[in-house]
Amino acid sequence: METVDEFRTRARTWLESGGLPRLPEGERWDPLADDDDHASRARELQKMIWDGGFAGICYPTEYGGLGLTVEHQRAFDAETCEIHEMPFIFSTPTHSICGPTLLDCATETQKQRHIPPMLRGEELWVQFMSEPSGGSDMAGALTTATRDGEVFLLNGSKVWSTYAYRADYAICLARTDWSRPKHRGLSMFIVPIHDPRTTIVQIEMIDGNKEFCQEYFDDVEIPLGNVVGEVNDGWTVASRLLFHEKTTVGRVSPYVSVPYRDATDTSMAGFVALARAGGRIDDPDARRKIGQIEMLLTVQAHLTGRIGSGLKTKYFPDQAGAIARLFSGTTYVERANIGLDLAGPDAVVWEGDDDRQNVSMAYLLRQARCIGGGTIEMARNVVSERILGMPREYAADKDVAFGDVKRGR
Amino acid sequence: MELELTDDQRLFHETSRKFLDVNMATTAVRALAANPDGFDRDWWRSGAGLGWTSLLVDESHGGGAISGTGLADLAIVAEELGRHVGPGPLLAVNVVANAVSRLGSAAQQAAVLPGLLDGSQMATWCLRDAGGKWTRHSASTATAPTGPRRPEAQSNEPAAVASARGVGFEINAKKVMVEAAAQADWLLVTAATTAGPTQFLLPSTTPGIKITPSTSVDLVRRYATVRFNGVQVGLDAVLGTVGHAAQNIERQLQVALVLQCAEMTGAAGKVFEFTCEYATDRYSFGRPLASYQALKHRFADMKTWLEASYATTLAAAAAVHAQGPDAPRLASVAKAYVADRTPEIIHDCIQMHGGIGVTWEHDLHLYLRRVTLLRAMYGTPDEHRERIATIVIEREDAVNGNR
Ligand SMILES: Cc1cc2nc3c(=O)[nH]c(=O)nc-3n(C[C@H](O)[C@H](O)[C@H](O)COP(=O)(O)OP(=O)(O)OC[C@H]3O[C@@H](n4cnc5c(N)ncnc54)[C@H](O)[C@@H]3O)c2cc1C
Repeated sequence: METVDEFRTRARTWLESGGLPRLPEGERWDPLADDDDHASRARELQKMIWDGGFAGICYPTEYGGLGLTVEHQRAFDAETCEIHEMPFIFSTPTHSICGPTLLDCATETQKQRHIPPMLRGEELWVQFMSEPSGGSDMAGALTTATRDGEVFLLNGSKVWSTYAYRADYAICLARTDWSRPKHRGLSMFIVPIHDPRTTIVQIEMIDGNKEFCQEYFDDVEIPLGNVVGEVNDGWTVASRLLFHEKTTVGRVSPYVSVPYRDATDTSMAGFVALARAGGRIDDPDARRKIGQIEMLLTVQAHLTGRIGSGLKTKYFPDQAGAIARLFSGTTYVERANIGLDLAGPDAVVWEGDDDRQNVSMAYLLRQARCIGGGTIEMARNVVSERILGMPREYAADKDVAFGDVKRGR
Repeated sequence: MELELTDDQRLFHETSRKFLDVNMATTAVRALAANPDGFDRDWWRSGAGLGWTSLLVDESHGGGAISGTGLADLAIVAEELGRHVGPGPLLAVNVVANAVSRLGSAAQQAAVLPGLLDGSQMATWCLRDAGGKWTRHSASTATAPTGPRRPEAQSNEPAAVASARGVGFEINAKKVMVEAAAQADWLLVTAATTAGPTQFLLPSTTPGIKITPSTSVDLVRRYATVRFNGVQVGLDAVLGTVGHAAQNIERQLQVALVLQCAEMTGAAGKVFEFTCEYATDRYSFGRPLASYQALKHRFADMKTWLEASYATTLAAAAAVHAQGPDAPRLASVAKAYVADRTPEIIHDCIQMHGGIGVTWEHDLHLYLRRVTLLRAMYGTPDEHRERIATIVIEREDAVNGNR
């Protein structure tokens, strides 16, 4: 296997010869950009990575990946993230959640059909899990797929699917048998997003971006070959998906691109600049806050490293991704709070174009980081019940035909 | 604490754990509260026999690590000591033993190390000046001598003064919160000279030294104030080079911080474990405490803080061992985090116990005392946050060419 150092050298050489465009000086990737250009640009960038021989670093070679390790992925992150333009919308969920779930549960044909295009930047995927009736109780899905000859007919609605309107495929959980208890009547489907019988509506978020979507399905035909795993065994697939989701949100996943922190990391620059702009760079209270953020981000990196290697060696059970997920949510909250504090009143009233408005936007959208990817309350349930082995919560829907379960309005 | 110990480390861990299980139950810790030393010297000699004082000493001087990283090996002992809230000058002796092994003259090594290695002698580090600070704010830069200084003007410099006297020095200092000073045979004292910070190694019986025991919140860890009144020492008492101790002081501090973090994490880890059991066994309204979501969520938070504490302590141990440029930052990150979270974990566990949790009878307070003590020694979380900020601001300014 190519060593990490050899790999890094190869990546550097490729990047120096213009493999990926550099971000303009002083400019950083805008995670909230929601224009169509951003999506088509991401496809181009992912294609460049493929052509350069760096796509799917931890994916098996038989599906077009490189078959390397998480250390290789992190080395690549360090060379690229925050320096070059990167197709981050492919990273999550296409490469870090949907692809790995297919690797775990899909048929050989399905994998050959979809994984290489994901790595080439041709297929952007999203998740159709949450529904208007509830996202935490994912197994309570009401969206229904009914067998009709050689197809399933999909009816119902999914919501909060990020980027869906500009994506190509979704991995979608739907009920295939209402007479069985809830976990045993679900199936997982590969669903092409753009279909005349699917209506997609964009939803505006607090900061004005429209990445959220809701889909309405009206007898959408899904070929039998698009079932992932067994019919009515969709929860097994969903469990793998949840695993990959937790490890992604907790930054533990080997498939996700994460901005790497080391001595030259610049992500603290913003906090220092805020303190300086507010004339508080020598104020001990401001300095403690800067220290607190640096501390938390550093500990987060140590924790994700620990969980990641512990998952690999089975020291930790699969559910341990929830520990990292919980830490990332609560850390983000402190980070947003401290940003707002350091920025002072300029973050809430400004003239013209002031960087500090980003700080208040991050603050306003703070809780999104504690909700998306599974809420931190659900993560706390998993840690206490599945890792610490404490008694599970009472569930009124256990061992009852799902059709008979009480629902809210 | 380690995800994967080597076979040798596992054996070492097992041996230390069993040794402490047998002779350092919390009943034994409580009994030692009345002992002026806080520990039994034969017990310490047995611990030294297991290797507790040799891990940071070079093989050529009779020491030796278990793995390639002696500090990680020693952190195993510190964690286990924390799990037992055991006594003993583990931190003090190892910091000095390491410094003497690295910096000492052959004569100093011959005089000091054998006694520390076999546990027949103790040593400690006199760092903190009365009214001073634990940490130098910029760890990477040594301050050049600037002629006679007024010590109190610069709080990050030792206020203790050693003035040149003939071919030696005269030390005048008041050092506070010195661990096991009354038990120690050797004192390593950090002082300012006109040439810069300098360290001296001297017998605790040297004329002019007065040791006054203090009282600490811990039942068995002993501290004292050490006064140096016109103490005359020769050049042979200097450890390392006159005026160039800054880097060594920083390194000693880092070693102390890692050991504290391991001990605090061990203490909180033990409390967390028995509190999880308690919550499973105790019933309220006909069901276990551990079945209530309000409590389960707090356990989940504690578990997360605990794993993060383990993770950052191990990262700091590796960085301090390697002595790369990141060591000061990672040592302070670990201290700020672990010292912030572990007392909270124990307080939360007290809450989970209800009334019994705030009694003298229950052992919880032994652990709380230990982490409360260590939280403050060698710098509170706030002090380390400020140190981290200084490092970060310097780093960012260097990257952006500011200032
Ligand atoms: C930025 C972002 C991106 C997202 N992207 C996607 C996506 O691409 N695809 C997709 O399918 N979904 C996505 N989601 C949806 C997300 O997964 C759900 O919002 C989440 O799972 C919560 O579901 P809900 O919104 O229905 O809230 P609910 O499940 O109704 O929960 C409401 C509140 O009750 C709490 N709660 C619920 N049940 C319990 C319980 N048993 N114990 C304790 N507390 C409980 C929750 O923690 C929450 O605080 C995204 C969400 C966000 C914010």
